[in-house]
Amino acid sequence: MADDDNPNNQSSEKERFDSSRRRFVKNTGMVVGGVAGGSLLGGFFTDQFLDDTGTKEKENGKQPIDYIEARMFFKHKKDFDVLNHATERIFPEDESGPGAIELGVPYYIDKQLAGDWGKNTEMYMQSPFQDDEIPLKREDVFLQGVRKINEASKNKFEDDFKNLEKGEQIEVLQLLENDDVDMELIRASDFFESLKSAVMEGCYSDPIYGGNKNMEGWKMKEYPGVQMSHRSNLEKEEFIAMEPKSLKDYMDIEN
Amino acid sequence: MPKKMDKVDVVTVGVGWTGGIIAAELTKAGYKVVGLEKGGERSINDYRYDRNELKYSARGEMMQNLNDNTITYRNNLDQKAKPVRNKNSLVLGTGTGGGGSHWAAQAHRYFSYDFEIRSKTIERYGKDKIPKGMIIKDWGITYDELEPYYDRMEKTMGTSGEKDPLADERSDAYPTPANKLPPSMKLFRKATESLGYHPFVRPTGIASEKYENPDGKTIQACQFCAFCVNYGCDWGAKADPNITVIPTAKETGNFDLRTHAEVKRILYDGNKATGVLYVDTRTGQEYEQPADVVSLTSFIFNNVRLLLLSEIGEPYNPKSGNGLIGKHFVDHHFEPVTRGFFEDEKFNNYIGSGGLGVCFTDFGADNFDHSDVDFLNGGQIEIQMGGNAPISNNPVPEGTPTWGEEFKKQSLKYYNKYLDISFKMATLSFEDQYMDLDPVYKDSSGDPLIRCTYDFTDDYRAKSEFLQNKCVDVLEEMGADKIEKHGLPDHFDGSFIFQHNGGGAVMGDDPEDSFVNNYSQTWDMDNLFVIGASSFPQFGMTNPTLTVGALTYRASEGIIEYLENGGGQLAKATTKHQRT
Repeated sequence: MADDDNPNNQSSEKERFDSSRRRFVKNTGMVVGGVAGGSLLGGFFTDQFLDDTGTKEKENGKQPIDYIEARMFFKHKKDFDVLNHATERIFPEDESGPGAIELGVPYYIDKQLAGDWGKNTEMYMQSPFQDDEIPLKREDVFLQGVRKINEASKNKFEDDFKNLEKGEQIEVLQLLENDDVDMELIRASDFFESLKSAVMEGCYSDPIYGGNKNMEGWKMKEYPGVQMSHRSNLEKEEFIAMEPKSLKDYMDIEN
Repeated sequence: MPKKMDKVDVVTVGVGWTGGIIAAELTKAGYKVVGLEKGGERSINDYRYDRNELKYSARGEMMQNLNDNTITYRNNLDQKAKPVRNKNSLVLGTGTGGGGSHWAAQAHRYFSYDFEIRSKTIERYGKDKIPKGMIIKDWGITYDELEPYYDRMEKTMGTSGEKDPLADERSDAYPTPANKLPPSMKLFRKATESLGYHPFVRPTGIASEKYENPDGKTIQACQFCAFCVNYGCDWGAKADPNITVIPTAKETGNFDLRTHAEVKRILYDGNKATGVLYVDTRTGQEYEQPADVVSLTSFIFNNVRLLLLSEIGEPYNPKSGNGLIGKHFVDHHFEPVTRGFFEDEKFNNYIGSGGLGVCFTDFGADNFDHSDVDFLNGGQIEIQMGGNAPISNNPVPEGTPTWGEEFKKQSLKYYNKYLDISFKMATLSFEDQYMDLDPVYKDSSGDPLIRCTYDFTDDYRAKSEFLQNKCVDVLEEMGADKIEKHGLPDHFDGSFIFQHNGGGAVMGDDPEDSFVNNYSQTWDMDNLFVIGASSFPQFGMTNPTLTVGALTYRASEGIIEYLENGGGQLAKATTKHQRT
């Protein structure tokens, strides 16, 4: 196998990532000569500098405003507050790194619900629906769901979900998980499954969707994101930790 | 009124691997082919910049939306079927390339035993070994007869791999060498060798080095980027009709590809197909496309549904046993996973490709004595590395909560510290498992959906349990600290997630029990060819595409012969009795 089949020829990941300046330096070193795969010809041949993305500090030290952190789907802050706390209980901040809120998961879910996914446009939704089927759109499931969480919270602890202690919040979510809460046209446990799955998506999808902020989800998991090639590492015996790359890095390679 | 188009030599319904191969071979031979594809057109340029797990794996960007058409399923004749509503439970390709664009590209041949399973089973074990209700049958073609076409399909794809020491003879080596192996697979190989098995590097339609196929199309060397299954390969290393047979057909100038063209009916007059009726899904305009040969080259659900909607052949009735259309339905494969957690090892689990694997078939086909087991055929045990993507891989030991602090801690810890061993199993056909038209649910134009009646059988469960115990042995030998068996659920739950289905219009040499001959030509109408896994009387252990491709190359030869000789049956029926 010739080395020139490898588009990166990446001898050292560390050389390519200057963490002090929070910038990637793309020095791809790809060999020219007709070996590159079909659609990816082009900009790998140049050195490029990419600015970091997201909400990290600018050089003057001030927090920039993150304009994507506004609600598209949840009109009422009260509902969104419930979502915030519920996602954080499912994926909490701990010593390994940020939890769902810091990763942007609630805004990720809000944006997903505001689009096609919330309206089930890809699903077969024709009736008749049988007894154990869910005739609701995801936007209705999630809105009803967060309101049921708050209702259950008030019933059990006489306060809004967001004001409860962590342990109490967990108890309320367990009520849904165990179907001890009644929901309309859906089992509470089915809603809770959907919520958990949406949280995982928000933690680990590309940051392009608003979650996995600054790729912190991937960093915790030691997942390298969008790398051009792993060919030269395939046979390596040791674990290879890499600074992850996102779709933004990937697309900016080629201008 | 449908608009009538000019007559052509061949029309294909669907333009994936099967439609693409027919188009390439017939247009190269100088015939005019119209390819009708329900979805849009794709090329490798459409795969760029899209290494995006949420979009492709979680949301199924390349799969057919189900909003206007799906399938229904039930476990047995007494149940009411439910539609498969969620795209995550039904993987159907759409657009040019179809399932051949987003596939894993695992490219195993079937064994000679698979093609003659009934006669070879009776020969070795006696008739009573075949349980009541099981309707396995010989294909009407042998491995040796199909071998040259296997070789051709492997060369079209640039297949890389290593010969299975237990498999039948090959006329040539794989066109590209076997992939290099990561440490986890070397560990598997060593462990299985020391247990006395015969491991080999998986053959895959993913080239290990740059390769030019017989049509002059280039396949690149795989980069193991892991954006493979559910994705089109933006590097051009995964064999895909869009980089091979479809451009080959186009370059001849004889191929007329029409996208957004959904075929509604096969048209016929007496015992000849006359063409197809299709609709442009953008405008609603209907068209009639006459052709000398009509070739059904879509996935089995659509192949079989079109036969039923067009009232061609006799629908199978499981109570009387009469009829052939819909019979022999199988779903391959629910893969029970055996998981090993390793405390002291850490693997680069994020590396992979759809075809990267090491396998052994010591418990497959008839490679071992079945006298003392309650099943036929068997399974291929394997380790595979598709590259674990982070949304869908959150491994935690059993007993760990599925959310919260402990879940987070454990799933982060084990993400790169576990290996799954799985198996692919032969799925055999039974008399009460079939497809027909659903009596309740319809598509958006009012045509009934296809309905599948299917459940796990005793044969399937016994085989699964047997194979899973072998997987446990392998993981123990590999030194896993904790081993977990994730077995079969109680019943088949409607997860059609591999696009591996078979039957409904099966192959054979007797028109009494087969709908097509070994050229995929129907006995009823000699200018109607039904191509794809719809012709499989049962599944062998492994994935269907290579065998489908081989059968399609054979069908293309048959169609050319048919057109050159002015018609007629290409294969001799073993019985004179012709169905009406």
